[in-house]
Amino acid sequence: MSTVLQDPRTIETPNYLNAEYGWKSWLFTKDHKRIAVLYIISITVMFFLGGIFAGLIRLELLTPQGDLVNSDTYNKFFTMHGIIMVFFFLIPSIPATLGNFFVPMMIGAKDLAFPRINLLSWYIYIIGALFALSAVVMGGVDTGWTFYTPFSSTFSNTFVITAACGVFVAGFSSILTGLNFIVTIHKMRAPGMTWGRLPLFVWANYATSLIQVLGTPVVAITLALVGLERAFHIGIFDPAIGGDPILFQHMFWFYSHPAVYIMILPGMGVMSELVTCFSRKGVFGYAFVAASSIGIAVIGFLVWGHHMFVTGMSMYASLYFSLLSFLVAVPSAIKIFNWTATMFRGSISYATPMLYAFGFIGLFTIGGLTGLFLATLAVDVHVTDTYFVVAHFHYVMVGGMVMAYMGGMHFWWPKITGRMYPEGWAKFSALLVFVGFNCTFFPQFIAGYLGQPRRYHAYAPEFQVYNVFSTAGATILGVGYIIPFIYFMWSLKYGPIAGNNPWKAKGLEWETTSPPPTYNFETTPIVTEEAYAYATPHKEEHGG
Amino acid sequence: MVLPWGGLPKTMQIPLFPESASTTADSVDYLYYYLTAVTVVMTTLIFAAVFIFAIKYRRRSEDEIPAPIHGSIRLEIAWSVIPFLIMLTFFWWGAQLFFANASPPADAMDVYAVGKQWMWKIQYPEGQREINELHVPVGRPVKVTLASEDVIHSFFIPAFRLKHDVVPGRYDTMWFNATKPGRYHLFCAEYCGTEHSGMVGWVTVMTEPDYENWLANGGAEGTMVQQGERLFGQYGCVTCHQLDQQGRGPMLRGVYGSRIQLNDGKTILADDAFIRESILNPNAKIVAGYKSDVMPSFQGQISEEGLLQLIVYIKSLAITKAPGTVAAPGTEGKQ
Amino acid sequence: MAEPHGAVAEHNPNLRHHFDSMEQQFDSATLGMWVFLLTEIMFFGGMFCAYMIYRSMYPAAFASTSQHMNPLWGATNTAVLIVSSLSMALAVRAAHLGQQKALQILLLITIFFGLCFLGVKAIEYHEHWVDNKVPLIGGHWDYSNTPEFPNQAQYARQAQILFCFYFFMTGFHAVHMIVGVGLMLTIFAMAHKGKFNSSYFTPVEISGLYWHFVDIVWIFLFPLLYLIGHTKNLI
Repeated sequence: MSTVLQDPRTIETPNYLNAEYGWKSWLFTKDHKRIAVLYIISITVMFFLGGIFAGLIRLELLTPQGDLVNSDTYNKFFTMHGIIMVFFFLIPSIPATLGNFFVPMMIGAKDLAFPRINLLSWYIYIIGALFALSAVVMGGVDTGWTFYTPFSSTFSNTFVITAACGVFVAGFSSILTGLNFIVTIHKMRAPGMTWGRLPLFVWANYATSLIQVLGTPVVAITLALVGLERAFHIGIFDPAIGGDPILFQHMFWFYSHPAVYIMILPGMGVMSELVTCFSRKGVFGYAFVAASSIGIAVIGFLVWGHHMFVTGMSMYASLYFSLLSFLVAVPSAIKIFNWTATMFRGSISYATPMLYAFGFIGLFTIGGLTGLFLATLAVDVHVTDTYFVVAHFHYVMVGGMVMAYMGGMHFWWPKITGRMYPEGWAKFSALLVFVGFNCTFFPQFIAGYLGQPRRYHAYAPEFQVYNVFSTAGATILGVGYIIPFIYFMWSLKYGPIAGNNPWKAKGLEWETTSPPPTYNFETTPIVTEEAYAYATPHKEEHGG
Repeated sequence: MVLPWGGLPKTMQIPLFPESASTTADSVDYLYYYLTAVTVVMTTLIFAAVFIFAIKYRRRSEDEIPAPIHGSIRLEIAWSVIPFLIMLTFFWWGAQLFFANASPPADAMDVYAVGKQWMWKIQYPEGQREINELHVPVGRPVKVTLASEDVIHSFFIPAFRLKHDVVPGRYDTMWFNATKPGRYHLFCAEYCGTEHSGMVGWVTVMTEPDYENWLANGGAEGTMVQQGERLFGQYGCVTCHQLDQQGRGPMLRGVYGSRIQLNDGKTILADDAFIRESILNPNAKIVAGYKSDVMPSFQGQISEEGLLQLIVYIKSLAITKAPGTVAAPGTEGKQ
Repeated sequence: MAEPHGAVAEHNPNLRHHFDSMEQQFDSATLGMWVFLLTEIMFFGGMFCAYMIYRSMYPAAFASTSQHMNPLWGATNTAVLIVSSLSMALAVRAAHLGQQKALQILLLITIFFGLCFLGVKAIEYHEHWVDNKVPLIGGHWDYSNTPEFPNQAQYARQAQILFCFYFFMTGFHAVHMIVGVGLMLTIFAMAHKGKFNSSYFTPVEISGLYWHFVDIVWIFLFPLLYLIGHTKNLI
């Protein structure tokens, strides 16, 4: 609910946006909020670029024949869609944008522990993105985002090293963000902000940071070895000269499985914030939700072999990985149950962020449960490398993570910009996204069980019906993402002034102005209550 | 299972499941139904809860503050343990089926499939060779030995609910027992480059009489044993590996399937992988009593298909024991 | 509790504005460096892991490869690094105590030993070059005999992989050493300008941590690459 004052077109109270002007004040900033904005812009660009590739893929898949583009081009489309979406959108998204902006504020700090390293992480991200983009522009990569050897190390004729460099460099951006968060959360909490009072968004980012710091170096060295092998024909992964291609898969998935938890955990953190605010009630089972984030981070490192059940891995290793993959589902389930229980006897608002939260609960449930199909050994043998897997991970990544990101952006937009977005259009877009998403990806479960393999440019005719549905859905989904982009831009100039706390939410970030001042708080807050203490009388808004 | 639009062209049909044509397909499907049922139930429960709560507890006034509910350890334990126990049933059933599918029965017939960018080359012991076509009899276990000439591929037959990656540098095996005559898709399921989606074919399951007929129009080049024997001579193997006496190299009669003692004291089973390695990288394992660096490597000279033919030939060498002639002097004889 | 921003406050000129106290700043910097070193452990760990896997796959090639490493140079470098870690630790102590001159001298000693290390590495790499044991560069890979292992050509392919790992691992380590020396030069310059005192020595402390880490990685590399499998007399 916005508190619209007498329609001033500009916000004149001093805040981080009007503190300084000029490109230098942005490109050399040390303010975590400005860096977050820089990241928002960058990942939005990469999202739409990845989305264009997705659109091209779905366009080609309207017909069973490969008639839109040739095979090599199609192979480049899905590779670049994957690389851009995974490494340049999903991995940085919430931590580098909403996390950067709000983790310091939520703990009552003036900034992250290392502001200059924060800025450096953005520059490193940009350099990585430039490598990836130059790979695209020079002609593309066609190895799949998974870079399996020996195809990527010996056979592919595309710009593998350039793309791998991009990912390698972007990895360091991720590591630095994680490092910054860990130190900040440990050392810079305001007085009274104990671990047990941290907002769950902070817990989620903390767990994510642990994974970023421990896992990313492994993929860095793996891709470095692929690059070296490609350049020098060493034989690390090429069996013709003594190497082991399955070693690559082990090393790659050792990072890339935890990476999917890097992608989803921050989204789960956003969910906790949304569900509590729009149920106006503290989360059910705070300790369990917090612990489940850490649990997912730890167990997530132990399950990578479930990507490799049909590679000829030892039967006993397969057993172990299958069992642990079921175990890692438990903490995720706990979260879903706890959020649902939070709504019980709450005061539910249908504001747009909450609509995205509803969508997340539903779609992540389906996505997570279909993960169990993949953890089940005998079923995985049939559905791995088919569209079933594609549907599964899009349900959790897009139906889960991107919905959480959209929900978070809508929730915190007024705080970041001081402006409200138009609620009617926002609700409409949320609906489009939900409908479009399900239309796009549900048919892919069926097509996958039927046997449609992944990464196929042309496919057997009996799969066509599902592909047509899927492409139709993708169009709706695309529109559902474009409309928010438009109205967010519009709101910057014409949106109503939001006021300090339009949602009447709990949390230190809402205790300060919208947009916040450069140093976040006039005085360091002292925390005396639990997180989400909605039942206590709402604090007076601080002036100015 | 096909929804009732069977008369339409394929591109307009809405099938839900592939045909079920192997002994394991139905079992996998039942497990899948079970998983789907639990998923539907869980999803419905969650959707319903969210839906009902969203309506029943919708915000009626701006100032309302609901009473806090901090949590319930009992509930947390319940909804952690119960789902995990249900998941253990998935795990157990899936693992059982997986193990059952892992080892081929002893009487399985052999077929050899070599994946190469971008085709499947199938060889039968009787000598037929096919590209992208696999013919098998109904009701008999078939063991496919998989090899790759270049990158990782994956041998996928949806109607059998089976696939296995084909990894270069080694052999993988997959077995099935087809239950229904018909023609079923064969797909490569591991991205392998430009024509990955063109690396498709057909598995034709035939009744026994039809299969015998088909076999009778055998391979023009002779059986795999004969082809292997030809290679054995062509590459000079017979010079050192004489058939009935020791030469510079170990005699190969009766070797396949036996346990061999190596010069470092270890014993190893002489299976397909051992023979392949001995041809491509002979110094990796030396039989006790023999010297290293005598046999040249044939890496890059013999194709994967050729290697399979040689292996089938060596396998065929009958076990006729003559005293003391099988293994190197002074070492344990094979078993 | 921090004073309101902008009020006149007694605070250390080195206190950065987003921190509330020097202690918080120091603790954060140290924790940050430890987390960074953790990522380095994972980075090197990945390489060590791959190396160990290949070593177990090709034991004969590995054993013969080991003969071509010179444990004398390796031992020298180990001693050099250990001494440099000592001088580094003493430098950090000098910084704690505000002993400006001692700090600068000890930093110079550390830098000197760091350069010694790199010099010895350069000599070793040169020896490998001359012996044609550098794969990847045309004409400089020739895996020929040593008395203990006649006919090493049979292992050439596998030895090439192992030698590549040797160069990657010691090479990455050497790069970290170069960065370390650069860091130390910067710290020295700062010390020379009198930037450190007993209430502010954070950069010295965390650079010391980095230096010790690079030392420890070498302590693992040395036995793994030089000692295990080596059968030549060391003396």
